[in-house]
Amino acid sequence: MTAATAPTGQAPTISLGTQLAGYSHLLRLAWRRDRILVPSSVLGLVVLAVGSAQATLALYPTDEAASTGLAGVLSNPSVIALYGPVAAHTADALAVFKTLMMGAFLTAVLGFVVVRRHTRTEEDEGRLELLGAGVVGRWSALAAAVTLGTIAVVAASVLAGAGLASLGMDATGSIAFAVAWMAAGLAMVGVSAVVVQLASTTRGAAGLGFGVLGAMYALRAIADSADPGTFTHGLGWLTPLGWAGRVEAYGANRTWLLLLGVLTLVGGTAVAVALLDRRDLGAGLIPARGGPARAGRMLTGPFPLVTKLARGTIIGWAVGVALGGVVVGSLLGSVADMVDDPAIKDLLEKLGGSTGTVEDVYLATEIHFVAVAVAAAGIALVLRLVGAERSGLGEVVLATPTSRLRWFGAHVALPVLLTTALMVLLGAVVGLVGPSVAPNAPSLGASVGATLAALPAIWVMTGVAAALAGAAPRFAPFAWGVLLVAFMVTEVGPLTKLPSWVMDLSPFTHLSSLPGGSFEVVPAAVLTLIALALVLGGFLAYRRRDVA
Amino acid sequence: MTDVISTTGLRKSFGHTVALDGLDLGVREGEVHGFLGPNGAGKSTTIRILLGLLRADGGTATVLGRDPWRDATDLHRRLAYVPGDVVLWPSLSGGEVIDLLGRLRGGIDEGRRRRLVDRFELDETKKGKAYSKGNRQKVALVAALASDVPLLVLDEPTAGLDPLMEEVFQSELTALKDDGRTVLLSSHILSEVERACDRVSIVRAGRIVDSGSLADLRHLTRTRVHAVLVTPLTDAEVATWPGLHDVAVDGTELRCSVDADQLGRLVATLGSRGVSGLTCQPPTLEELFLARYQTPTDAGGSPQAPQSPHAPQEQPA
Repeated sequence: MTAATAPTGQAPTISLGTQLAGYSHLLRLAWRRDRILVPSSVLGLVVLAVGSAQATLALYPTDEAASTGLAGVLSNPSVIALYGPVAAHTADALAVFKTLMMGAFLTAVLGFVVVRRHTRTEEDEGRLELLGAGVVGRWSALAAAVTLGTIAVVAASVLAGAGLASLGMDATGSIAFAVAWMAAGLAMVGVSAVVVQLASTTRGAAGLGFGVLGAMYALRAIADSADPGTFTHGLGWLTPLGWAGRVEAYGANRTWLLLLGVLTLVGGTAVAVALLDRRDLGAGLIPARGGPARAGRMLTGPFPLVTKLARGTIIGWAVGVALGGVVVGSLLGSVADMVDDPAIKDLLEKLGGSTGTVEDVYLATEIHFVAVAVAAAGIALVLRLVGAERSGLGEVVLATPTSRLRWFGAHVALPVLLTTALMVLLGAVVGLVGPSVAPNAPSLGASVGATLAALPAIWVMTGVAAALAGAAPRFAPFAWGVLLVAFMVTEVGPLTKLPSWVMDLSPFTHLSSLPGGSFEVVPAAVLTLIALALVLGGFLAYRRRDVA
Repeated sequence: MTDVISTTGLRKSFGHTVALDGLDLGVREGEVHGFLGPNGAGKSTTIRILLGLLRADGGTATVLGRDPWRDATDLHRRLAYVPGDVVLWPSLSGGEVIDLLGRLRGGIDEGRRRRLVDRFELDETKKGKAYSKGNRQKVALVAALASDVPLLVLDEPTAGLDPLMEEVFQSELTALKDDGRTVLLSSHILSEVERACDRVSIVRAGRIVDSGSLADLRHLTRTRVHAVLVTPLTDAEVATWPGLHDVAVDGTELRCSVDADQLGRLVATLGSRGVSGLTCQPPTLEELFLARYQTPTDAGGSPQAPQSPHAPQEQPA
């Protein structure tokens, strides 16, 4: 059959071999590019599941200890909304209670990221055009991306399940755990295949993909908070994350739910292929939106520019922190029951370092967790300086009368302001929600004070990123490593009895235990000075080096 | 005569790669100066040093009387730059970028901005990501040309522009010259430089191998001559004439290239024989460029004939 003589409007059938020409080469290329990203993400997910299960089992070795110890938490609807349903009140089920849903979500993210990287991003950057002009079938890139996404999801799920079984946990339950992650992950790979056809830019695909993920999570949270048998509860069957929870690993073990994940994967891929056949290279079904012909009056300098570019990120973080604040605040109502257990109280005191009421202890712990996340927001914004330099946008700005100080300064000022605003927001939300559910909850002032007190440690992280971005842009991503180590040291250190000098390396160790304790000025001042010194050092190096 | 840009012995290495190896560049006030060289010759590195983005390892550079590294910010108030590979913010529209860059430079000429957007037929409402290479180039060009500065530094500004837009660019360049502004125009598109530039500098492997007006540079190379004579010529006869190369004799027709200093003598000889037709073609910049590019150690020595596969009609004599 020749395409040239085919009547218009009726596409000639092209053989599968032609459509998938070059598939194996593209798959190998994708693997070559992701050989660090995929294995390290898979390893991270496995460590998350196995490490957390091991720690929980150490704390609650028997079913009885587990069910009595966690009874308070498990009866709280906001906990169920956050983490999904409890499969059973056994030690095994509780050991994966937190990681099952979190991990299913992250596995889905991994699937999405891998698919997008090798489809829409490649197309958007123009690299697919280069490849597509060779002997490469129309479906090959999509097929390679879906294959690699599937491999990543299956590897993470299976290895996590195997890891749990290796701890001596129930074998069938461990298989069901793997199924829960896999169902969510595979379904998301299928959804991602469609998403990257719809959006016409990498950013658009990210917005749409994470939007879908967020909606899946929110729908599941709503459904899981409702009583079983109700219509609302039934809505949970519409979302892959709902399936993950309803597998009930180490309980009902509904491994057949894997079928739903596989069907979504196959169906999504089929829809994606159909869309792919109907669109041009580089186009999407959702066209890229235009912008204004003239700049707004505010867009006058580096700081407004950096802020405008980060608008989506800022809104996302604000929404996330506010939601986190609602959850943390509403949980204050049930901590009193939960901390009847002296072991939990002990754990919380170690983590949060606070010595006030149980509500204070709990809040101090949660604030430290959120502080690490907010520090990550700050680091990401500082590292945009390096991103701009790499893309050539830094050159465009620095060739105008914008001094290096103003350009560098804008990339430090915004994260400092944003992290401050986010911590105030967290304190305000917790301070408003908490007292409405728990009489002993810290007041608005105390909550905001406690969240503000965490800022010096966050700024040290901003400083680390600024120092690296200024002095050694190639190594700037190491700021993430520093944050990760600081997080591990602070959060895991007290449980594993790390030597105190190791603990002291993390800025988060030196935060005052608030609320409940007293604000210690000296450590806060020292941390702030360290942050300032790091920023200053970064700038001095930045002023002296080549920028290109 | 004031030099708006002058560098002496400029050196820059990246690790083991030597990008600039003693580069001397002089750009006079009010001229359009062509900065020619093959890819990787050091054009963009030189420009980045002149903008104070890179710091030279050795040598000196002066731009508008200032040290570009120390006084970068102040200097940038008086110059506009179009990078070779224009990148735009994916989320900002072209119009926003033009306004932003204008404001960062301390203001933009509204009338000129509007005129340039019209002339370049630029759709300002598209976002950075949606522009083609040529349209990104237009955004950067409009932003640079609309600003009121005495010096423009343009790094391969027409790469990606279609021929119509190149024409617009050429006429804007002429307008700049009439305005008395100075332009450093880096390029490897020779016809563009040939049309617009008062003087050119040819850079190769990090050094200037030739600099001067086009007339100066042509002086160093050969003119192509095609003559039709009244009476037939013989090879033996022509072989005695000095300074001729690539000679082809066909009855009354003579095709050859002649060294610049022997051109007058050849014309005189031909005249005495009786000429019925004569075309003299000055060397194109292309030939000039290839001559420079392909003679590795010959800077300043006797000029060599272009021996390029791109000019197959020129067989070695």
